[in-house]
Amino acid sequence: MEQDFIQAIVNALGGTFKDILPIILVLGFFQAVAIRKKIQNLPSIAFGLALVVVGLSIFIVGLEKCVFPIGTQMANQLTDLNFLTSGDENVIAAIKDSIEIDPAIYLWTYVFAFLIGFSTTLAEPALIAVALKAKEITTGAISAWGLRISVALGVAFGVTLGVYRIVTGNPLHYYIATGYAFLLVQTYFAPKMIVPLAYDSGGVTTSTVTVPLIAALGIGLAANVPGRSPLIDGFGLIAFASLFPMITVMAYAMITEILAARKRTADK
Amino acid sequence: MDVFPIILVIAFFQIIIIQKPFPNLDQILLGIVLVVFGLFIFILGLDSALFPIGEKMANEFATKGNALWIILFGFALGFSTTIAEPALTVVAGKAGALAAGAGAIEDNQESIGSFVLGLRLTVAFSVGTAISLGVLRIIKGWPLIWFITGGYSIIVITTFFAPAQIIGIAYDSGGITTSTITVPLVAALGVGLATAIRGRSPIIDGFGLIALASLNPIIFVLGYGIFVYGINI
Repeated sequence: MEQDFIQAIVNALGGTFKDILPIILVLGFFQAVAIRKKIQNLPSIAFGLALVVVGLSIFIVGLEKCVFPIGTQMANQLTDLNFLTSGDENVIAAIKDSIEIDPAIYLWTYVFAFLIGFSTTLAEPALIAVALKAKEITTGAISAWGLRISVALGVAFGVTLGVYRIVTGNPLHYYIATGYAFLLVQTYFAPKMIVPLAYDSGGVTTSTVTVPLIAALGIGLAANVPGRSPLIDGFGLIAFASLFPMITVMAYAMITEILAARKRTADK
Repeated sequence: MDVFPIILVIAFFQIIIIQKPFPNLDQILLGIVLVVFGLFIFILGLDSALFPIGEKMANEFATKGNALWIILFGFALGFSTTIAEPALTVVAGKAGALAAGAGAIEDNQESIGSFVLGLRLTVAFSVGTAISLGVLRIIKGWPLIWFITGGYSIIVITTFFAPAQIIGIAYDSGGITTSTITVPLVAALGVGLATAIRGRSPIIDGFGLIALASLNPIIFVLGYGIFVYGINI
């Protein structure tokens, strides 16, 4: 088994190098043509690039052989009819005969989706960096913790709703279009300085490890819930996870503003 | 490190709720080691080689370069960082395998390979375009909300004509692309540019590049779906 992994990593090296090559060419080209300065410490940069290629290859093999299977396995186990019905054969037979499955029986899947969304987002390094920066730029009006918790709640709620959508098989774009309509109205009323930050927080939160895990969860669910197709219903969780943080971050800013205004009137 | 909470939540579910041993535990554990170790080396390399050069270059362009160069640089930066994004590589590969499995494309290595490459190039091109447009927006000082509203209107209209097999992947591609490599470099360009141009605020104009980079791939991938599967009327 270890040999499989090593073989897979070696195989990935060439592809990874090709993936990194455009960045090297772009930086090299603009350095040479537009900036026209010599790059300092060339050997240490070459070493850094080698680390990028090797690290990325190992990481991608890990994602494919571990993170993706974990997502699929969790989906399989949580939607296993024996698990859902505690092994009651009459209930299993009834579920197999029915065309529309009761979405309520997947309760644990929703709980799992919520916890994975919340915990991974709270620990996301990119978000911590953005939150500190936001606190700095707004001179403390937005607290770093407040922002992180709003984003994490947004992702958690988004993934959970996305899982519910896969279970019910509703069209994805109805949910997303409604969400964005809500977001646009909210943008109109939200404090101006939070708007770009809120829009960015959607993209920033979904990290390299979380994305494949959540994608695998969705695909696995769609493969297991009767009547769903992985290709048509399985995708879409990432879209939910990117949309809802925008709404919660703006809501957070609106609430802080209202509270601050109230405090001001109370102080008078 | 965001691997830790994942392990915690999964261990909790496995032991308390499912109450069964995890299937293929040894392979999964080895995989986790690879993920953590690989990500560590990868980020070490990024921090020591790509990010310092990229950020310095982004700053230099932002303060001195002329508009055309910055827009070109924005495109190239968006395109090249997206091609390297590992989450996109893995999820696009999965999408290709699923499409072949469902009979949406031919089930052989060559056809899957070209579908996946096409998908990644489409996303990369759309992120490049988004960054150029975002840079132009910062230079001109146009409100971000115009682009967001316009972009989502285009998405809603395009969705009506897009085949069902692509909609989910398209909507997901926005969130997948903006990740480990793209975000730091693009954010550096945006904040540098907004700081350098008088009358722009880093918070209002600097952020917002990522928002466009998450929106544009949806439109382009929907278009890619129409191109591959045919229009849906």
